[in-house]
Amino acid sequence: MAKKLFMFEKPLGMRDTLPFLYELKKQVRSVMAEEIERWGYEFIETPTLEYYETVGAASAIADHRLFKLLDQQGHTLVLRPDMTAPIARVAASRLYEDGNPLRLAYNANVFRAQQREGGRPAEFEQIGVELIGDGTVTADAEVISLMVALLKRVGLGRFSVAVGHIGYVNALFLEILGNEERASALRRFLYEKNYVGYREHVKSWPLSSIDQKRLLDLLALRGGTEVMEKAKTLVTSDEGRRAADELEALMAALRTYGVAEAVKLDMALVSHMSYYTGILFEVYAEQVGFPIGNGGRYDDLLGKFSRPAPATGFGLRVDRLIEAIGETDVRGDIECIVFSQERLAEAVELAEAKRAEGKRVVLQHIAGIRDIDAYSQRYRSIVYLLGRSGRDGQ
Amino acid sequence: MLTIAMPKGRIFDEALELLRQADYQLPPEFTESRKLVIEVAEEQMRFILAKPMDVVTYVEHGVADLGIAGKDVLMEEERDVYELLDLQISRCHLAVAGLPGAKMNEIAPRVATKYPNIASTYFREQGEQVEIIRLNGSIELAPLIGLADRIVDIVSTGRTLKENGLVELERIAEVTSRLIVNPASYRLNGGDIERLVDRLAAVIPQP
Repeated sequence: MAKKLFMFEKPLGMRDTLPFLYELKKQVRSVMAEEIERWGYEFIETPTLEYYETVGAASAIADHRLFKLLDQQGHTLVLRPDMTAPIARVAASRLYEDGNPLRLAYNANVFRAQQREGGRPAEFEQIGVELIGDGTVTADAEVISLMVALLKRVGLGRFSVAVGHIGYVNALFLEILGNEERASALRRFLYEKNYVGYREHVKSWPLSSIDQKRLLDLLALRGGTEVMEKAKTLVTSDEGRRAADELEALMAALRTYGVAEAVKLDMALVSHMSYYTGILFEVYAEQVGFPIGNGGRYDDLLGKFSRPAPATGFGLRVDRLIEAIGETDVRGDIECIVFSQERLAEAVELAEAKRAEGKRVVLQHIAGIRDIDAYSQRYRSIVYLLGRSGRDGQ
Repeated sequence: MLTIAMPKGRIFDEALELLRQADYQLPPEFTESRKLVIEVAEEQMRFILAKPMDVVTYVEHGVADLGIAGKDVLMEEERDVYELLDLQISRCHLAVAGLPGAKMNEIAPRVATKYPNIASTYFREQGEQVEIIRLNGSIELAPLIGLADRIVDIVSTGRTLKENGLVELERIAEVTSRLIVNPASYRLNGGDIERLVDRLAAVIPQP
């Protein structure tokens, strides 16, 4: 008989979470959620579907990567591609009323369509925070420190947070190139990580050799706080100086938080998330070729929902985090009681007692098992209540 | 240990030569073996040999820290990798070619290529609507036997075009090989990679 086409198939990028992975995710998630709550952030949930016109447009994910569908009235909907835009929507409409800082957290699946080969899920879990209404550098320092704290709590070995400032890049480009059009052309090379193209482009413009050198030097501004000295001399405009001062203040705050050693400056960092307006960062871990999380300041996003407010936050990808942590045996600690019909009452009683102690207990009738050897392998321990011996015989 | 994805074929020997000039001690019998993974313990390097088009995939997924890939491949694949150095080797260019004097089919102009992404982007930018036919090799055949009106391919000496009676019509972009780096490796193995980049940069012939 011909098998049904697609019987075991899933749409491109969709994955199942089997028990083993589920346990692992649950553990990682709960450790992180606990830490986030300790920092006073409150978790919220938002709908999976949002309007394309509002949240879809506010999100920084490219249009071709959105899953779109129509509702009964013909409005275009999207499966939420990130959590920052929905939270901005909620904050703007409901929560951010008195203008005081608001600390929100989320743990949700987001959806980004993809066309390439496997190895890239189109639906994945993110856990993160948004600090809305606080424009100080301390707020940036807090979210970075919290992110580092989470990574340490889940036992991640080597990781590195790259921090940059989009305002710095913009200011430098604008003061040298004079117009936004040229600046955005150059920014695109940084965003595409195409340093060869960046250098060629800089050399092709009729700039003074000093200005050319300033633009080329930007690429080399990576490392610890020692980079700041050079970074400050590169810019002359007020915006540029202010951005550099912010980064310097950030690094000082991160030292106070005790996380400076996990952080590296990269003045040429430009994120794919186009809504960032200030300090931004990406985090990388060993064993994973892709960033495991990113974040930054997005002071213009809430304005798109008619309630302007400064904001900053981060999102971590649970799937990549698990890849980075590596496999650990977290098989569910489940006990099994195998019983025969005549001892059902006794089995139920025993199971209830164990469950009341907080244990995980499976209750299984012997007649339902086909291969007892294979079945018993699945559980940490197994109790047999079989035959007529009853309570007296125990 | 750094893992470097190298393209088999044309680019490989030139890239190897460049690494040797940069004073990396690589064994002479390197190219003769059929092994796909070659470790050079004394240099703390591991080379993986891949199809040129696949190098970018290995590097983007992070199974190789670095790679050497032609600009044509980078343009076609648009992967999320750092392009750090123009190695100035394996110079050629991407071009549109066709039979001399042949006009594009008015109803459905067709372009055969190994580079469907580059070709469709290029013609879209020219404001021309064309249909792309993907081929894997011997692209020059397509206009000769009527599969397509034009081809998009890399041209180095132009000899293959000439011998098949084709002429270059438009130049799309210059191509040389580039040193590419995985973003995570760039952050975490910074020191090792920077040293490699500096050593290579010092021996790259200036154009």
